[in-house]
Amino acid sequence: MTAPAKPEVKVVFQRPESFTDLTTHYCPGCTHGVAHRLIAEVIDEMGLREKTIGVAPVGCSVFAYKYFNMDFVEAPHGRAPAMATGIKRVLPQNTVFTYQGDGDLASIGMAEIMHAAARGENITVIFINNAIYGMTGGQMAPTTLPGMTTTSSPFGRDVELTGFPIRMSEMLATMDGTGYIVRRSLHDVKNIRKAKKALFMAFETQERGLGFSMVELLSSCPTNWKIDPSKSLEFIAERMVPVFPLDDFKVNPELTKKRA
Amino acid sequence: MAKELLKGNEAFAEAAIRAGCEGFYGYPITPSTEFLEYMAKRMPQLGRAFVQAESEVAAVNMVYGAACTGKRTMTASSSPGISLMMEGISYIAGTEVPAVIVNVIRGGPGLGNIAPSQGDYYQMVKGGGHGDYFPIVLAPASVQETVDCIILAFDLADKYRSIVHVIVDGNLGQMMEPAELPPMRELPKEPPEWAVTGAKGREPNFLSSIYIDPADEEVTNIRLVKRWMEIEKNEVRYNELMMEDAEFAVIGFGTAGRVASSAVRAAREEGIKVGLFRPISLAPFPKKEVEEISKRVQRILVVEMNSGMMLDDIVPLVEGRVPVEFYGRMGGMTPFPDEILDEIRRVSENKAPVNGNARAEWIARLEKIVEEGK
Ligand SMILES: Cc1ncc(C[n+]2csc(CCOP(=O)(O)OP(=O)(O)O)c2C)c(N)n1
Repeated sequence: MTAPAKPEVKVVFQRPESFTDLTTHYCPGCTHGVAHRLIAEVIDEMGLREKTIGVAPVGCSVFAYKYFNMDFVEAPHGRAPAMATGIKRVLPQNTVFTYQGDGDLASIGMAEIMHAAARGENITVIFINNAIYGMTGGQMAPTTLPGMTTTSSPFGRDVELTGFPIRMSEMLATMDGTGYIVRRSLHDVKNIRKAKKALFMAFETQERGLGFSMVELLSSCPTNWKIDPSKSLEFIAERMVPVFPLDDFKVNPELTKKRA
Repeated sequence: MAKELLKGNEAFAEAAIRAGCEGFYGYPITPSTEFLEYMAKRMPQLGRAFVQAESEVAAVNMVYGAACTGKRTMTASSSPGISLMMEGISYIAGTEVPAVIVNVIRGGPGLGNIAPSQGDYYQMVKGGGHGDYFPIVLAPASVQETVDCIILAFDLADKYRSIVHVIVDGNLGQMMEPAELPPMRELPKEPPEWAVTGAKGREPNFLSSIYIDPADEEVTNIRLVKRWMEIEKNEVRYNELMMEDAEFAVIGFGTAGRVASSAVRAAREEGIKVGLFRPISLAPFPKKEVEEISKRVQRILVVEMNSGMMLDDIVPLVEGRVPVEFYGRMGGMTPFPDEILDEIRRVSENKAPVNGNARAEWIARLEKIVEEGK
């Protein structure tokens, strides 16, 4: 922890208690780290750290547990919502969240995410949509944009052969079991602030027992996109946002009321 | 508590509840479904968790999650469902968290049928999932023994932080039989110190099967192997019937062992000095006991409801000391006591060596039996 501040000096920025003091393994310009930090800040601010159990995925964020100063497990590829269900059902008083990439959540784990939402599992999902499989070296994801080149769509994603990107938030919002489903982006400060607010709302949904909550975060993958970090942020704004509009897809009206 | 007439799968489910199971996650599949249906009623009555999962893949990962909280948890399924669970089972083993998995085995491979079988011996006993791990496997032969094995399974799972498989077949799952259920155990007040429950007033706990540095993984593998050697030392279980003076030994587990016990009794009445050795723990396997038996009998007959999978484990233990013969039915066929009695008669008179391949000799006999429509 930081040394006690002198009276005239005010601490305006410090590491959240929910965050460990480690250098992450993420590539330069990757927004996984930004997402991690936002979650840690929100958990701190809501005072949830000591009752939170995180579920890490298989993907670049497989090591997420190292960076969060709280109880954590690490699920098989795609199965985080099932693991979170198992945990939440026996420990309903705890806060349980999953952190998942788009291959994890929208491809191999499609059944688990849809059914966790359909059951209205009172868990929070943070969905990192970077339109690619990061960890395995940049293959096509179910969220890869039409025409986008990846190692497994080397001539650009051909929608005739491989179909179209899946919009998870829109689909999940149709489930009656969901309480809060929104899409945000991490490509600039304004959007990062909005993402943090959304994370707060998502955990609030869980704390109030209003059902399944998910924040989809449009994220960058400079290494596998083969675009430099700052251009990657432009890529999100210019190429991803038109396909994945930033919006609130489901907000339980209870959330707009003050907590009793 | 007195004996009652109990239906297999329901009795097994109630035994799990009395052992302190706080989370059941499953997916319907014949012939295990009554287990899930019973849990659907009972668990909510007790304020415990029940989820009908979207698949066995999800079910086993729910079990995995609940196991990480230190609560007693389980699932019950049947062969194809167990195949789907294998990735999760391997993760559970690699994370060293306790879980109980009941497999009510049916005929296979593939969709096969819903009739009783022991065709999953290899999948259960040899691991089934990927990587270096050793599950405990219990194979009871009656409703009472299954009730007892389920209680034992939870205790062993906790003791060794291990997967424990209880394997039965549709005969046992569907059978009505008098049995006694144990009293309801009190639930533990405190979670184990390794569990994830929220890091309140302590360092965070992290549970996973990831050891990205091979050197760390190897240390884990060593720990798992050493634990397994402990289990091999402490947890061998079996049942013997008239083995003291036996000149011939029948070896069979589960339903096949139970059917063989009738045949052994009938053979004794004919004056054939035969006994039954019935392993209950298939893993750890009663190796020493089988070795000892092979030193004092003239011939061994292995009886299974598969193609001779346990046979493959027995032959090396016998080291050629005596001939080992095999009788097995497959595909969901349960042998009748008379069939096994015929085999015992034949084996007790047969002085010829077995040409090193009990399976081939048996298949030739079985084809004839099938032809004759027996
Ligand atoms: C059952 C299984 N299949 C495949 C893999 C290999 N694998 C590891 S991570 C991954 C893709 C991850 O992509 P994503 O979920 O988009 O996360 P990112 O790495 O981009 O953050 C795959 C296919 C695996 N670990 N397990």
